[in-house]
Amino acid sequence: MADESAPRTLLLGVGNLLLSDEGVGLRVLERLVTTYDLPEEVQALDGGTLGLDLLYYLEGVENLLIIDAVEMGKQPGAILRLEGDEVPAFLTLKISPHQIGIPDMLFAAKLRDIYPRNVVLWGVQPGSLEPSLELSPPIQAQIDPLVAEVIGQLEQWGSTPSPRNV
Amino acid sequence: MARIVIDPITRIEGHLRIEVEVEDGIVTNAWSSSTMWRGIETILKGRDPREAWAFTQRFCGVCTTVHALASVRAVENALGIEVPNNARILRNLIAGSQHVHDHVIHFYHLHALDWVDIVSALDADSIATSDLAQSISDWPKSSSDYFQGVQDRIRAFVDSGQLGPFANAYWGHSAYKLPAEANLMAVAHYLEALDWQREYARIHALLGGKNPHLQTFLVGGMSTPIDPNSQHALNADSIALLQGLQAQANQFVQQVYLPDVLAVAPFYLDWAGIGEGVGNYLCYGDFPDADGSLWFPAGAIMNQDLANLIPVDHEEIAEYVTHSWYSYDDDSLPKHPYVGETNPNYTGPQPPYDYLETDGKYSWVKAPRFRDEPMEVGPLAHMLVGYASGQEEIQSTVGSVLDTLGVGPEALFSTLGRTAARCIETVIIGNKMSEWIGELAGAMAEGDYAIHENSMWDPENWPAETMGYGFHEPPRGALGHWVHIKDKKIENYQAVVPSTWNASPRDANGKMGPYEAALIGTPIANPEMPLEVLRTIHSFDPCLACAVHVLDAEGREVTQINVYPG
Repeated sequence: MADESAPRTLLLGVGNLLLSDEGVGLRVLERLVTTYDLPEEVQALDGGTLGLDLLYYLEGVENLLIIDAVEMGKQPGAILRLEGDEVPAFLTLKISPHQIGIPDMLFAAKLRDIYPRNVVLWGVQPGSLEPSLELSPPIQAQIDPLVAEVIGQLEQWGSTPSPRNV
Repeated sequence: MARIVIDPITRIEGHLRIEVEVEDGIVTNAWSSSTMWRGIETILKGRDPREAWAFTQRFCGVCTTVHALASVRAVENALGIEVPNNARILRNLIAGSQHVHDHVIHFYHLHALDWVDIVSALDADSIATSDLAQSISDWPKSSSDYFQGVQDRIRAFVDSGQLGPFANAYWGHSAYKLPAEANLMAVAHYLEALDWQREYARIHALLGGKNPHLQTFLVGGMSTPIDPNSQHALNADSIALLQGLQAQANQFVQQVYLPDVLAVAPFYLDWAGIGEGVGNYLCYGDFPDADGSLWFPAGAIMNQDLANLIPVDHEEIAEYVTHSWYSYDDDSLPKHPYVGETNPNYTGPQPPYDYLETDGKYSWVKAPRFRDEPMEVGPLAHMLVGYASGQEEIQSTVGSVLDTLGVGPEALFSTLGRTAARCIETVIIGNKMSEWIGELAGAMAEGDYAIHENSMWDPENWPAETMGYGFHEPPRGALGHWVHIKDKKIENYQAVVPSTWNASPRDANGKMGPYEAALIGTPIANPEMPLEVLRTIHSFDPCLACAVHVLDAEGREVTQINVYPG
């Protein structure tokens, strides 16, 4: 179960693992936690395709980083970074497949005064959404760069993951 | 005649789309379509059946654990496994907590705003709101200061333009009937339900290991250890914590949710005569007792005939694809899930399009039928089957709600009945949760820590070929998984999910699905603002309830409401 004293940073991967590139957010976190040890104050969460149910995990979170597949009408693998108020504004336009759940969660957090101080979204343009556990090649190629981006963001927030010796 | 289309258009994957024809302010025809193909079952072919549940819990983002439970039950049925008593109790607790959690969230966050006008709440008098709240419940948060604070907060949100989901609505629509004070009270409870949900989520975490995706299921039982002497198992402390969380949750259900439903319903009694639907109800039964009998009884009701409960045999379930974008060798005949096929055959128009070709295939949802009839599933089916079979808690609680509202059982066959049945179910299951926690404590006290039956774990002990099905009654109703195992691997896997029953399109005989039938006869005050359609569709708690939310952020229309004059 979640730590009673909630961590300061939540890395939230969102998406459906069974629909190939839809699962990119979860795959990034999977790579991150298998190659790095996260400091205690950082929690990586597989949010699946849930929305409001994730509100519980926002309690006490100061920094929220969301990683998701995002339809931008661009080349598969294209990357988008948004922060602050851009995130809910963008999601309310219903571009992400999870656009209902995550904006509801953020809005509810606002209503209940647990909205994180910093919110960042990394979005990846999917190529394939066919039923499959594999990512398509252009999306697979973005996993390591995205892990590096997440690490950079964590360092900016004052947390330093340490590489695992595997 | 006008045709109204409600469809979220900008998603990567489309979800639920409703088209209705309106004549003289009344819905005369309706079509329910899912514009999304998933076919996720195909991923399971060739896999180890013991792992299937971990994949099936990803079928759907809204209902994770329910697919895990149906899956392990299907494999256990195929292999002839009986789970230990503790596993039975833990599964009842996990499933029961899902009902309590989801129903409260559904009522306040997915359905209430169909009945409650937030903008009107800004006109409420906080002292009168306090009087109203205290007249219907002992819930402590009921002072005029409290309601004043809520009103100020909502006003600040409205003034700042950060409306979020509140921007979606038809505020001021003539179908909103509540006085301003009732609206303010309901908005306050909308906010409280968010806190309630955060607190109650701890119960899932206690029971399930990793939340939100549980790790605790196993074919043959559970993996959550029970041991009063271990800090890493369910122990006496966990039992006390579970009891406390459940008692707290039940207080909210009994002092807020139920009184709210009873207070709002009298303003909308006309909705006890709207949204009836197919009039057939199916419940697989669930929540096994220690003696193997089902606490929620199984049964089917045809043509609203509560005097004639029909036994459920899974052999009598079959799915048509006549109006669905799949092909069978003969599209006019249905197939049982054991031999079910998922061969996509999209024949619809290329997007963007105005409306579907509803004479032909028009949905990615198949049309499941029981004894060749469309069936409604969900809390109303649970309550009606329980009522008809004389289940004690269901009969008495349903009876007392009907008495309070001054209506007979026929009022249940409606949009309002569906919403009331969901609340009644929450009350009943919430109380039963406390009993199950007690059962678990009792087993622990007797030194029974068994959670897994492992005699059939090793595939060497399996028959070369076997088939099984797993039934579960999650919050949205009848869920079935069917598995065919051959040479230790999954040969075929089919899931018939609750929203497939309810969102079903027409079948080969032209019979409408439950959503479609329920919309016929619905009055529409303003075709540009089809609030009445949303009420009935939301009363079913569509798994994709979100899909028929009508979001509109500051004039940027993001969900398509098209009205075509005809």
